[in-house]
Amino acid sequence: MQKYWRLIIAGMLFSLVFSLRAEYGDVVLNKRAEKEGMPPVIYPHWFHRIRFRCKVCHFELGFEMRAGSNNVTMQEIIDGKFCGMCHNDEIAWGVENCDLCHSGRPGLKSKIHGGHSTAGPGIW
Amino acid sequence: MLKIKCSNIFFTLFLMLILLLPLISNAASKWKSLADDGIHDPESPAIGVLQEPADALSKLPQDTSGNMVNWVKALEQGVINPRTNIRPETKVRIRNDDVFLEQTGEMPVVRFPHRAHTLWLDCKNCHEKYFISKKGANPITMMKILQGNYCGRCHGAVAFPLTECDRCHSVPRQKLEQAKAESRKKTQAENK
Repeated sequence: MQKYWRLIIAGMLFSLVFSLRAEYGDVVLNKRAEKEGMPPVIYPHWFHRIRFRCKVCHFELGFEMRAGSNNVTMQEIIDGKFCGMCHNDEIAWGVENCDLCHSGRPGLKSKIHGGHSTAGPGIW
Repeated sequence: MLKIKCSNIFFTLFLMLILLLPLISNAASKWKSLADDGIHDPESPAIGVLQEPADALSKLPQDTSGNMVNWVKALEQGVINPRTNIRPETKVRIRNDDVFLEQTGEMPVVRFPHRAHTLWLDCKNCHEKYFISKKGANPITMMKILQGNYCGRCHGAVAFPLTECDRCHSVPRQKLEQAKAESRKKTQAENK
């Protein structure tokens, strides 16, 4: 019976990991946010792709298709670049709504969370 | 002796239940609410303001992996009509032909549909940065894809995951010529 306990604990951890799962394609941006005293940013791909095709951000706006490779600063967003192309109170909410994007738990790492292979090996 | 056997069976069942728990809870709700997704701060004022995944995604054509949504179907059926451009001068480009990748070992041949991809993406997202526009010029391997290169740039991160083997490896070798002929016909019709 003793030998089962290890498996049971492993099973519990397994179910815990899977029950705390972000939506597929959710990106956490935390290169600067927490260093500058704001919670990490969460970018949900699912929400945006209902409203915009990939090409809008990844072609017109110039977002690189790799988490962590875009050096986005708040100043650039305010100047209308990157997120600021739409988050300007015309197409989407403006930059004064800090909390709506900066809504992550403290200490999150910048990467794509959620998804099957993002939990295993890989470089996201 | 009998007592030990009974407790063994009990523990095996208990163990199976625990291991199946994630599946059971996933079946109850396909999409986690923002407050429970492990990345949003449940205390954040954004919770309750931001749209919940289940609100939006449950109305779209269903799938078995990723966001549990068939995004290409959603687009082609017109359930969603996401914007193609912000700047009015941006040219929206669609390409209709298929590319067949035949060096797949014992797996069926890969049919890459340009149409499904260009509905979402522009040519420049992939060419010439990640894929050279010349047949045979791209040394793609499954290992590189699994590491996030080539197709793995999106598949496994935002597009349907790499566990869906037969959605790309979709053409049995003995039906290759037939598939190519059908593809040509379809492309010609779509180009008109």
